[in-house]
Amino acid sequence: MNFNLTLIGQMISFGVFVWFTMTYVWTPIVKALSDRKAKIAEGLAAAERGHQEKSLGEQRAQEVLNTAKAQATEILSQAQKRAGEIVEESKVDARSEGQRLIAAAQAEIERETNRAREELREKVATLALAAAEKILKKEIDVRAHQSLVDDFARQI
Amino acid sequence: MSTAETLTAQGYIQHHLTNLTLGVHPEHGLGFAHNAQGAAEMGFWAINVDTMFFSILLGWLFVRFFRGVAEKASAGIPGPAQNFAEWIVEFIDENVRGSFTGKNPLVAPLALTIFVWVFMMNLMDLIPVDLLPWLLGQSMAIFGADPHHVFLRVVPTTDPNTTFALALVVFGMVLYYSFKMKGVGGFLGELSLQPFGVWGMPANLILEGISLLSKPVSLALRLFGNMYAGEMIFILIALMFGGGWVLGLTAGALQFVWAVFHILIITLQAFIFMVLTVVYLDMAHQTHH
Repeated sequence: MNFNLTLIGQMISFGVFVWFTMTYVWTPIVKALSDRKAKIAEGLAAAERGHQEKSLGEQRAQEVLNTAKAQATEILSQAQKRAGEIVEESKVDARSEGQRLIAAAQAEIERETNRAREELREKVATLALAAAEKILKKEIDVRAHQSLVDDFARQI
Repeated sequence: MSTAETLTAQGYIQHHLTNLTLGVHPEHGLGFAHNAQGAAEMGFWAINVDTMFFSILLGWLFVRFFRGVAEKASAGIPGPAQNFAEWIVEFIDENVRGSFTGKNPLVAPLALTIFVWVFMMNLMDLIPVDLLPWLLGQSMAIFGADPHHVFLRVVPTTDPNTTFALALVVFGMVLYYSFKMKGVGGFLGELSLQPFGVWGMPANLILEGISLLSKPVSLALRLFGNMYAGEMIFILIALMFGGGWVLGLTAGALQFVWAVFHILIITLQAFIFMVLTVVYLDMAHQTHH
């Protein structure tokens, strides 16, 4: 065990190494460590928040979906109801229109019949007149008369 | 060892336990000591070049690696180097938090330096004992030096100069913080007024003085003793390599087993040195007893 200058030299180098470590090594590494710790905590919190937001959003989406479904059902039933109504209405309309048309046609037929009857009556009158004329011109013979009247009657 | 035929076992061991000492010899002038006695004759003003070289080299590697990491340290995804450095830093930080109750930004970096530096210096013990001394001897022989007089001890912690230097710095800090935190009166009171009260002052002083002085001495001697003994066993095992192939194979197996066991010892010694330093500084920071 020789003690010599090495003792002093080692003390100095030890001191220098400690100083260097303290000044240039320890602080940055420990800072990086604590920074990372903070970063990880932040990331975890953000993930947690995201998770919550996601479930919240899902819930909201489900609600919106449910409302939309209900609305769609309502609209569908309304439309069906309305369609039924329209069909009913048009059925009624069609029936009344048909009746109207039938009535009009019948009236027309009536009118035509009447007109024809009038015409016929006029014609009969004319014919009767003509026939009377002829009868008056000729002397009246019963047989002849009879055939004439029959003829006349057939013309009606 | 290849030159074993010219050496006795005693000479071989002696050779391994001698530092490469540079100094002024009273008779030979400035130069490297030729043997342990020569180194002793140089007195205090000589320097163990091997101890200084390896400890500073290892310390430099340590600060370089950690500084490299610290420069690029980011809160993002760490690379392998940063991961490794952070692992050590967290380990130290945890230990310091566990045993140091005061607030002092010096203690944790000090603990880191002690742990890693001492561990690296101890780690040199796992390099085969003859490798580096043999390499140096052969390369010095090129310059005409006698390889038998080129000494090299690669494990700085087997040099008491190193362990006592560390312990004295720690002791200095203990004294500094004791005076600073407790005040001169408080510290002196702690030394002289307990455990027996005012009337037992001489006994108190002796007890507390011994307990105070034993701190650096035990720190230094524990590390030195463990490493010295470990190295000695490696040297003894290495001696067996010269005794034929049966002994040689046994020595190989023994060396492996001892090296594996020694991994535990070197880590443990570095750890103990660090923890005790932190504990002593913690005691120095406590203002009440």
